Amino acid sequence: MEHTEIHELSAAYALDALDADERQEFEEHLTHCPKCREAVASFQETASTLAHDVEMPPPPASLRDRILEQARRERPNVVPLRPRWVFPATAAVAAVASCAAIGFGVWAATLNNRLGERPEAVGLIGAQGSLIVNRSGEGTLVVRNVDPAPVGKTYEIWVIQAGTPVPAGTFAGGDRVAVTLTRKIPDGAIVAVTLERAGGVANPTTTPLFRTGAL
Amino acid sequence: MARDHAHLSDEALVALVARADDSALAELYDRFGHVAYGLALRVVRDPALAEDAVQDAFLAVWRSAARFVPERAKASTWILTVVHRRAVDIVRREEPRRTEPLEAAPQPSANLTEDEAWLRLQRTRVQEALRRLPDQQREALELAYFGGFTQSELADRLGEPLGTIKSRMFTGLARLRELLADTGREEERWNTPKFTS
Repeated sequence: MEHTEIHELSAAYALDALDADERQEFEEHLTHCPKCREAVASFQETASTLAHDVEMPPPPASLRDRILEQARRERPNVVPLRPRWVFPATAAVAAVASCAAIGFGVWAATLNNRLGERPEAVGLIGAQGSLIVNRSGEGTLVVRNVDPAPVGKTYEIWVIQAGTPVPAGTFAGGDRVAVTLTRKIPDGAIVAVTLERAGGVANPTTTPLFRTGAL
Repeated sequence: MARDHAHLSDEALVALVARADDSALAELYDRFGHVAYGLALRVVRDPALAEDAVQDAFLAVWRSAARFVPERAKASTWILTVVHRRAVDIVRREEPRRTEPLEAAPQPSANLTEDEAWLRLQRTRVQEALRRLPDQQREALELAYFGGFTQSELADRLGEPLGTIKSRMFTGLARLRELLADTGREEERWNTPKFTS
């Protein structure tokens, strides 16, 4: 199909006037045509203003309740599966470099510690804050000035023992962050933070923004 | 119902929805639920099916808010686009309902809330822009958008070649965009303080 011809379909697509096959074909075209993606976005904005054309009756009040109830039932849950996860020694350095480049909040921490000398508070290097750990291994991460996680993302904390990461909470960033880890930190474990999709994931999918030394 | 998020932009609300904040979803519904339902009702012409379309759409927003890119679209456009797609899919599945008469809109109320007043302003703007559109282009846009017809169905119904229908929709939507931009600029002029000596 000539490009001008398929480009013209951006209007029909925005009006939902394509049948299922045409829609699928055009969506395939959209994946590699930035010009048509731009046209669709603009036409969708125009088309959606048509929704204001005529005054219509309001929805029944029960609809709001039904939507919110259903949404609450679907709230994402984190299911810990704990497959082994290799944590490359250079990952933290690489992550710091790449994340700084795209402007996310990055901090690094080193926890110098020895078995039997569990600290109360461990300073973070590269960020203002500490990881506070009590004698029974309960930990709280306290950090200041963490850039808010981008839309659809969350910071996720991991407690990693013997190479196996376990989710230990999520946070969104902010001027003052104080997150209590949902997992105890056993001796010899390390703690890391990655940027993950909102709601958190069962296993890390991105390189860590920081890692600690073994506690 | 307290509106804790009332001060947030639509896009900020979507960001909160992406973090599973159901009060942000409630606020989005309070802002767009009425328009969304009205749109769905116009397309599907059946209150129960319109509710289905709106519920499906808001739950789709709940599930996929993380994929919303605010640089690419306004949140209101995204939500209404999802609602419209759901409504069109339903009406194509429930073909016979399309010919049922549309229920009448309620009489305009004298005491408007702020939201209703804003909606009425939007309505005037859209109606004015539609009036200035050539008849054939307006007809193509309205039949496609509210009738849920595909371009091929429109060509059959109007007895025109498919190419003509495609052009009418494209030209009509482009012209409508210009007309809306013009009224937008007029609003800006209205909002500019004028000082006379």
